[in-house]
Amino acid sequence: MIRFVERHPAWALIVIIAVAVALWLIFAVWPPGLEEAVGRKRVFLNAVFNGITLGGLYFLVASGFTLIFGLMRNVNLAHGSLYLFGGYVGYAISASTGSWILSFIVAFILTALVGVLLQVVVFRRMEGQDLRQTMVTIGLSIVFADLMLWACGGDFYQIQTPSWLIGPIDLPLLTAIKSSGEPVYLRYPLVRLVIFLASVIIGVAMWLALNRTRIGMIIRAGVDDRDILAATGVRIQVVFVLVFALGAGLAGIAGVVGGTFQSLSPGEDIRFLLASLVVVIVGGMGSIPGAALGALIIGLAEQLGSVYIPTYAIVVTFLIMVLVLAVRPQGLLARR
Amino acid sequence: MSVTHDAGIQVRKAASLAERPAARGSPDINNPAAWIVAIILLIMPLIANGFFLIEIFATTLILGTIALSLMFLAGYGGMVSLMQLTIAGFCAYMVAVFGASGNANISLGWPWWLAVPMALTLATIFGTLGGALAVRTEGIYTIMITLAIGAAFYYFTNQNWAIFNGHTGINNVATPHFWGVNWRWDIPFYYVVLAVAAICYFAVDYVSRAPFGLALQGVRDNPRRMAALGFNVNAHRVAAYAVASFIAGLAGVLQVWNYRQISPGTVSVGACIDILIIAIVGGITRPVGPYIGALVFVLLRTFALDFLVKIGLDGNRFRLLIGLGFLAIVFWSSDGVIGLWQRWRRSQRPQADGAGGGRGHG
Repeated sequence: MIRFVERHPAWALIVIIAVAVALWLIFAVWPPGLEEAVGRKRVFLNAVFNGITLGGLYFLVASGFTLIFGLMRNVNLAHGSLYLFGGYVGYAISASTGSWILSFIVAFILTALVGVLLQVVVFRRMEGQDLRQTMVTIGLSIVFADLMLWACGGDFYQIQTPSWLIGPIDLPLLTAIKSSGEPVYLRYPLVRLVIFLASVIIGVAMWLALNRTRIGMIIRAGVDDRDILAATGVRIQVVFVLVFALGAGLAGIAGVVGGTFQSLSPGEDIRFLLASLVVVIVGGMGSIPGAALGALIIGLAEQLGSVYIPTYAIVVTFLIMVLVLAVRPQGLLARR
Repeated sequence: MSVTHDAGIQVRKAASLAERPAARGSPDINNPAAWIVAIILLIMPLIANGFFLIEIFATTLILGTIALSLMFLAGYGGMVSLMQLTIAGFCAYMVAVFGASGNANISLGWPWWLAVPMALTLATIFGTLGGALAVRTEGIYTIMITLAIGAAFYYFTNQNWAIFNGHTGINNVATPHFWGVNWRWDIPFYYVVLAVAAICYFAVDYVSRAPFGLALQGVRDNPRRMAALGFNVNAHRVAAYAVASFIAGLAGVLQVWNYRQISPGTVSVGACIDILIIAIVGGITRPVGPYIGALVFVLLRTFALDFLVKIGLDGNRFRLLIGLGFLAIVFWSSDGVIGLWQRWRRSQRPQADGAGGGRGHG
């Protein structure tokens, strides 16, 4: 952090000013002039919160993607299919047992199993052939998409939010002050906040596991140089299977989350594949903090864009990607 | 292949290291099979009726030309771009926007000889810019970036009503009439498509042997050495994108004339991936591969439904069939149908194996 400030004082200043402006926009009561120019503060705050929570969801999908890529150099273009599969599994469990928590557990286990199968049966056979692996994942995504369309049809599914999470809560953020002087606070759906918190917890847990445990050390070493790691006697195939299972399982969990606050239908797999692609391109491939930053940026850009410039929302996301590629092609937080 | 391989750069592309065609020096003038195919294609209107002529053969040639642009990038440049269909779709949209169509509030109503060059220019610029982005990274990253570009364009056309008319797209696009011929009639249109496809095919074949194409193949095999020799690696790659974009744009023009409409469904992510499938299934080491792949794909797409129903399965599982076929090709043949055929021929003549193999590596 300090080194960054020393090396790029101008950029650091711009970042600090931007953060200050953002904080002021979130916490201060907007003067009437600003409300006239930009719109109500409630709309803005809602978009920001939607963006942050959507970023949490994107992080869940993209972190698995980036982990798999970082260790195995495997661009898993079937990742979106794993997401959708997890969502459908979660829907089936929650519809039959009524338990939301259980649906997460089952979705995680089943998608992780699919991931293990993929790694053991398919990808192990073509190790080191990046392009061929990617082609295979494309073929698999087509097959999975059609199988799921066959099994589940083209309907929209939404996973039932558990009763203890339904309804909005008041957040201690002022949106306006009534003429009587009474403050108005932001009301926001509880379930989204809980999901966001959960994704933060998962992210922190992953970071801790990667940076503070032995297996995390092995994985990080594998990201840096997997040949040398294998040469030191680590059973790298086991590590590969574990990481693939974890990455796929995270996609499954994300599917349940996405099915709860959005909906599940054919085509969502492509949407979330695109989202994770853009997130890891922006954040830096193979980097978990990069995935978090990228997910936050893309989530915010998407939501703010769809509120303030509705027809060009997707272009904003895309422009961010272009900008990052132009300035820092390896991604914002990638080391290489 | 005149550029020596470097053992250190084996990551490039499994397919490209496979067999090179034996006759690199000349296009297939000495090959009787090529002459037979050419003659059959020329007299096709005598053989096939309107449905086969347009729905099968013209569609095959159009899709094949788009896949040819991908084959050019992937086979000679080592860059697998998933946005070739997006470029074609962009060009098609531009033809519809600048030319005349049923959506008078959007279309500018230019005559076709003005709208088409304009659309081609814009599509080439679009593709070149996308390529300039994609060459900032390497290898499999290219797939991710071009896929992201394609998907972004698809969602953009869905959302934008001012130019792209949202998810309904642009309908009743005018097709050219001149010299007393409606060029969208089945037979004239077939010949237009055939001519464009042939020009693109021979152009790619020529470029692959021209200094630019050879330098491009050198860049594919060993960018570092080419840079040391004084070649501007990225400029060659971007130029390859420009050429490929122009080819894809030509196919896009034909596509919009073929269906007379263009909508986001045409440029969907699935369709982008279909182009990759076509190129891979056909084989990406020779320009003829994409056309073979396109023929297989179009035949499957058209007849799989009837076929599946006939053998007692659900006809809607067409994409499953495509996906499984694609997986099989990727698993067992790194060079698509061409590779399978060559392998079969070699197994037929085991005594000629040594000679044939040696020549291939040239």
